Amino acid sequence: MTAFVSLDTAHDPPLNLLESVERATPGHSRLEMCIQCGSCGGSCPSGPDMEHTPRQLFAMIRADMRDQVLASNAPWYCVSCYFCMVRCPQDVHITDLMYTLKSMAINAGLYRDRTGPDLSESFVGYVDSFGRSFELGLATRHYLRHQPKELMGRAQMGLGMLSRGRIDLTPQRIQAIDQLQAILRRARELEGSA
Amino acid sequence: MTNYLFYPGCSMTRSSRPYLDSLLAIRKDLNLSLEEVHDWNCCGATEYHSVHRLAAYALIGRNLALAAQQANGSRTVVAGCSACYVNLAKTDRYMREDALLDGQVNEALAAGGLSYRPGAVAVRHLLDIIFNDIGLEAIRQRVSRPLTGLRVAPYYGCMIVRPDPDQRFSSTEYPHELDDLLSALGATVIDYPLKTHCCGGHMTQISPPVAYGLIRRLLLGAEQYRADIMVTLCPMCQLNLDAFQVDVNRHFEADSHMPVLYFTQLIGLAFGHGAEELGIGKEFVTAREALSRIGVAVPAEEAPPPRPRRRAKDDPSLPMPRMAESVEESE
Repeated sequence: MTAFVSLDTAHDPPLNLLESVERATPGHSRLEMCIQCGSCGGSCPSGPDMEHTPRQLFAMIRADMRDQVLASNAPWYCVSCYFCMVRCPQDVHITDLMYTLKSMAINAGLYRDRTGPDLSESFVGYVDSFGRSFELGLATRHYLRHQPKELMGRAQMGLGMLSRGRIDLTPQRIQAIDQLQAILRRARELEGSA
Repeated sequence: MTNYLFYPGCSMTRSSRPYLDSLLAIRKDLNLSLEEVHDWNCCGATEYHSVHRLAAYALIGRNLALAAQQANGSRTVVAGCSACYVNLAKTDRYMREDALLDGQVNEALAAGGLSYRPGAVAVRHLLDIIFNDIGLEAIRQRVSRPLTGLRVAPYYGCMIVRPDPDQRFSSTEYPHELDDLLSALGATVIDYPLKTHCCGGHMTQISPPVAYGLIRRLLLGAEQYRADIMVTLCPMCQLNLDAFQVDVNRHFEADSHMPVLYFTQLIGLAFGHGAEELGIGKEFVTAREALSRIGVAVPAEEAPPPRPRRRAKDDPSLPMPRMAESVEESE
C-alpha cells in the first residue's frame, strides 16, 4: 500500500479507506450514511463522462478498494455544482468528499491523467507565491502542457482578453505574503502532507 | 447608507472587471457603501481544496480573520463571485460545526498572528444584499430607462444557490431572486429551465468537450425561449459562456450568438448609465444588437486580432518570407 498521508500511518491498526476519507474531510462528511440510492449520479452534469458515479465510488470506498477509487477519473470530472449534495437524502457532503479524493489521489500518485492534478497544483503554486491567482500564467502553462494543439485558438482568446483589459500580464502580490505563507505552512504540517 | 465589507476576489479585479466596474457605477444609486477587505487573498476557487484540504480552509480563514478585524460598524462580508462566496460561507459554517477544524484553522492562523471566531462575520452574495437589504421597491424607484422589450434569461449558475450553507436563497434549484430583480428593471424575463445548471466550471481546462456540451445546453435553452441575452452573477459562468462560445460553436458546428452580461450591468442600464461606464463592450459576444433594440448604444468594438496565416496544404511553392499584408491581399 502506498503511504500517502501521515494520518494513515500514524494509526495502529491502519485506518481503512472509509475512515481515512472521513477523517480527511473537513466538517462532518456523513459518508457512512450513504444508502446507495444513486440520486448523486443521476444529478451529476458530468456523470456520463465519469468512470464511476459518486454512488459507485462510495460503495468502493466501503469495500476498501483504495487503488481503484484513487485512480478513478470521477473526482476530477466533478464540476463542484453541488447538485448531488443538495439532493442527497442523507445529506452526505459529496462535493467535499470529491475534493478529499482528489488530494488523496495526488498524494498517492494514483491518477491516470495528469491534466486535472496539474491544473490544481499550478493554481496552488501561484496562490502560494503571490496570494492571488494569476490567470495568464496559469492558462499559458496549462495550455502548453495539456492542449498544445489548441494553443493557437487559446492565444487568440488571450489576445481578446488582453485587448478588453480582462487579463493581467504580471501577477499581483498581496502585501502580507510572508504571513500567508506562514499560515499555509503550518496548515500543511497539521494536515500531515507538508 | 448601509456599510458592508467587500471581498472582490481575483476574477473580479481582472477577467470579470466589467462586473466590478458596473458595481462601482451603481453603488451610489443603491446607497451602498462597500469597504474592501484590506490585503485579502485568493479564496482557493475549486482548485486549492483538491491539493491541500486543511490549507485551503486556512487560506480562506485568513480572509475571514482580516474581515472580522476590520468589521467597523458592519459584520457583513459581501462577495460578487459565487465561488468566493461559497468558499467563505462554507468555511465559516464548517468551523462553527466542527470543533476540530476550528481548532486546526486557528492553529494555522496563529502562525500568522491571526485568529477567527466562527460566526464573527456574516458572508453574503451581492445579489442577496441587493434583493433583500436594498429591496425591489427601492430599485423600481431608481429606474429611469426601463429595459422594456428586452428578453433576458436569468442565469444563476451553481454556487450562489448550492450548497447555500446559511439558507439565504429561495431555492437551491429554482430560485427567483434574479428573475424578480430583472422584472423590476422592466425586462421580459423568460422562465429559464436551466437557470441553475452548470456552466462547465473548470472542465474547460481539464476536458473541453465535456464543458462544451454543458455550455451548449445552456445556450440552446436560452435560444429556445428566444432570449436576447443571458444575465449572470458569477465571473466563471460569464467567462465560460462568453469567451468559450466561439469554441463551442466550432465544436458543434453551431452558430450561437448569445451575449452574456452581469446583472449589475443591467441595473446600471436601467438606472440610465452609459454602456461604456458599465464595462459593456468588453464581452466576446457583443451585446450591441440586443441592446440597440432598447435604444442603448454600445461603444465600437475593437478590431479582432488578425488570424495567423497558414500555408495551404497543397501549396507547391517554397516557404518564403511574406510581403506586407496589404501587398499580399492585392494579389
